[in-house]
Amino acid sequence: MTAIVDSTRAPSPAGRILGPSGLPRLLPSDLAVGVDPAGLDRHLARHGARPCCAGDWRRRQRLIDEVDSAGLTGRGGAAFPTARKLRTLAAGPCPPVVVANGVEGEPASVKDKVLLASAPHLVLDGAACAAELTGAAEVVIVAHRAACETVRRAVAERRQVGCDPVPVRVQAAAAGFTAGEASAVVRWAHGGVPAPTGRPPRLGGPGRRPALVQNVETLTHLALIMRHGASWFRSAGTAAEPGSMLVTLLGAVARPGVYEVEPGTLVRDVLGLAGGTGQPLGALLIGGYFGTWAAAEAALPLPFSAAGLAAVGASPGAGVLAALPATACGLAEAARVTRYLAGSSAGQCGPCVFGLNAIAGALDRAAAGGGCDPATVRRWLRDVNGRGACRHPDGTAHMVASALRVFRAEIDLHGRGWCRATETAWVLPAGQGQP
Amino acid sequence: MTERTRLTVDPIACDGRGLCAELLPEFIGLDDWGFPVIPARDVPAALRADAAAVARLCPRLALRLERAER
Repeated sequence: MTAIVDSTRAPSPAGRILGPSGLPRLLPSDLAVGVDPAGLDRHLARHGARPCCAGDWRRRQRLIDEVDSAGLTGRGGAAFPTARKLRTLAAGPCPPVVVANGVEGEPASVKDKVLLASAPHLVLDGAACAAELTGAAEVVIVAHRAACETVRRAVAERRQVGCDPVPVRVQAAAAGFTAGEASAVVRWAHGGVPAPTGRPPRLGGPGRRPALVQNVETLTHLALIMRHGASWFRSAGTAAEPGSMLVTLLGAVARPGVYEVEPGTLVRDVLGLAGGTGQPLGALLIGGYFGTWAAAEAALPLPFSAAGLAAVGASPGAGVLAALPATACGLAEAARVTRYLAGSSAGQCGPCVFGLNAIAGALDRAAAGGGCDPATVRRWLRDVNGRGACRHPDGTAHMVASALRVFRAEIDLHGRGWCRATETAWVLPAGQGQP
Repeated sequence: MTERTRLTVDPIACDGRGLCAELLPEFIGLDDWGFPVIPARDVPAALRADAAAVARLCPRLALRLERAER
């Protein structure tokens, strides 16, 4: 796990710093020692100076090509190719604004908060690289409130040294699940309400510059690719899903928290990083609240990657892996998450407002032993899918559909007034004001 | 060459008044909550004039008749 300089690697395209081998790449490896890892000195000692990514059109294209061959994809959940976004914005008619998305409204995920709090300079490096690559005139870091002060301090530290090419503004994120949706983040960053607009941020809007929105973890990978090159990035992970990724492990694990893993690591071994489960598992929620429920025995032997998890209809998504002990009630957990998501709707689109509420009501009733007509719920899932300005109804419907599959036996049992669970402690967090 | 058109709804603007489904039931349905379900396919040529009228008449101006891509 220690950083070893490998002198056999080729010089990077943007700088001449050799890449360290092994993980972790993003998080400081000495977190346990109790040293403040967020300072600029420590950042520079570990990663070296940020290579300049500015230059003429051809040089910037070449560097974006490097991101392309690295195969970097967005780490916010959608896994969109980063190079494609960079290329679109770099070719646009006016300078964009780079928006670093550190909102992380999902209660089950903490990886972006941990990253912002422990490696803010790597995020800021990535934002600066993205700004230079796209010719952006401004960077806005929208950071979760828990990490905001650390990021502000980091920006002030950098301002003194003058190491950012464009003005950097830090804004505290709005609370709430949908506040992290890309168009909502951009709207919020420009003084608007934190609700999705239904318009891709890259297109900009009247009087507003087009925006490059990247998850903060994606930016840290970008900063390292510009330092060490595509082949270094690809030395971790699989050929189809290269690099490393941060995952939040929670539920029935000994040490819940954020871990850096290579895609392709077996789900069982990923959970092992958190000290293992120590008890039989019932189900896993993979990818986050827009993710997929899977029976534990089906998912544990699979590689944690989009290709590997496809066998249970899942993907790493936003890097969340929640382990439900066999003693808990999966139906009740799924119902609670669904209720949370229904309550998290931005409230703009009818099918999302009323549809998710109806679906959550059906699961609540099922969990309470009131019976459930899965055919009706499935029709509602089809009805809400794709009918909002953002993907909130789609993501929720995906998660609920997997719950109906995986907890079919529980739904039958509850309909007859029985529940297999032997404890009722809630495993999955469901936002403020809820148990 | 025939022109191909699609009918789309802005889900934020739509309030579920239901006028569109009442005027063009051949093409527009309603979900259980009264919001229009519009098929993701071209508007049949025979209904195109009606679809244009429906888009004009929507009290929320939430409907748009667009030329289909390709």
